[in-house]
Amino acid sequence: MENRVVITGMGIYSCLGLNLDEVKQSLYTGKSGIIYDQQRHDMGFRSAYTGMVPRPDLKSELSRRQRISIGEETEYAYVATVEALKNAGISDAYLEQHEVGILYGNDSVSNAVIEATDIFREKKDTALIGSGAIFKSMNSTVTMNLSTIFKLRGINMTISAACASGSHAIGLGYLMIKGGLQDIVICGGAQEINPYAMASFDGLGVFAEEGVSPDKASRPFDANRNGLVPSGGGATVILESYESAMKRGATILAEVVGYSFSSNGGHISTPNVEGPATAMRRAIIQSGVAIDEIGYINAHATSTPLGDANEAKAIYEVFKGYSPAVSSTKSLTGHECWMAGASEIVYSTLMMNNDFIAPNLNFENADEDSSRLNLINQTLDKKFDIYLSNSFGFGGTNSALVVKKI
Amino acid sequence: MNHEEILEKINQILIEEFEVDADVIANDNNLKESLDLDSLDYVDLVVLIESNFGVKLVEADFANIVTFNDFYTLIETKVAAK
Repeated sequence: MENRVVITGMGIYSCLGLNLDEVKQSLYTGKSGIIYDQQRHDMGFRSAYTGMVPRPDLKSELSRRQRISIGEETEYAYVATVEALKNAGISDAYLEQHEVGILYGNDSVSNAVIEATDIFREKKDTALIGSGAIFKSMNSTVTMNLSTIFKLRGINMTISAACASGSHAIGLGYLMIKGGLQDIVICGGAQEINPYAMASFDGLGVFAEEGVSPDKASRPFDANRNGLVPSGGGATVILESYESAMKRGATILAEVVGYSFSSNGGHISTPNVEGPATAMRRAIIQSGVAIDEIGYINAHATSTPLGDANEAKAIYEVFKGYSPAVSSTKSLTGHECWMAGASEIVYSTLMMNNDFIAPNLNFENADEDSSRLNLINQTLDKKFDIYLSNSFGFGGTNSALVVKKI
Repeated sequence: MNHEEILEKINQILIEEFEVDADVIANDNNLKESLDLDSLDYVDLVVLIESNFGVKLVEADFANIVTFNDFYTLIETKVAAK
């Protein structure tokens, strides 16, 4: 027998706000979290726009040993997870008495690797790198640290799938619970923001051109889009079997009803249409919902010319004859990369549960592809019960999730 | 640096960097037990001593260290031999 999988908690630490309430407000008012970072300009970035969050001060919450083993991305994931567990009504005592797992998306630890390498090169002695470096400079840093901090005893691994990491983490958690392997899995995505994490990405020339105010830089689907804006933070979603949630008397925020994936089998960075369309189509079929029941699509659209065009084509192809509301919250946040697939579940669930759709900021002029979508460029007060969330990444990895109000 | 200066600096490092409660620091107290040192903490101790005193400790140096005073003396000897 397959379990139903529900969301019983969410937590967020993003450039739109440092908790659920702040983020909900920013989404509703269409407030951008993007800034112009002079440091990036001075360092030689072609584009200095970025989403930005403050580094949390965790001295009063975590021990020295715990703090020296975590880097920026884990700090964000930690804060988001504390909020999500509280939101879910899961206490430390509960975690000690029950098997809870963690699947988190993360795909870089650039700053930690560079810090450790700099020390090693300077000192020429590995003993002087320090004990925390290894635990900060592995891709699985988020899950290895959070599983230790929260004393987790279930599934414990990091999902690295480029900009679809957070979405696949939720999808895989969904499959684990659906298949009866776990009752509760902490899922999410984290993304470091420091310039070292994004320098080589900036070097590809795919970031938004400078010369406009920061809130105008990210313009998914707009005819004049010219590149993405990097961003980051942490987003956590507590996935739980319906049975477990009912047993705990937990508040159910939404139900995950479909997850699918595909791989483009093509270029490493140039997306296609068929891969994303396949992931969307399969997720919808799996969910058992009718196409016209889907009230909102949270698009992956990052504001790159080809990526957005191909996603628009894919959505049109899958939804032919029906036009659900579409927006890309990356217009507000920038591209939260490894975190994005998880944060966009938090954003979309907040919207679904508060009866609105956040605007696709800066969608001013449609092009041939975006003109065929029902793009929302101003906050729309609208009830909807089911949404689709897309996430695509380098290497042609695609993930699509279908989430339903319960 | 004399013994007192070294003692003061080490205690300051332990309190500020290792976040140790000042009450547990005393000449004759057991260093490992008082600081609840594990294998990773020794690595950090080596880093902090090197960055503050310019001397490198190796694993063998800790073999005969029992009390805080043993530790102060070890650093004093290493600093003097620089």
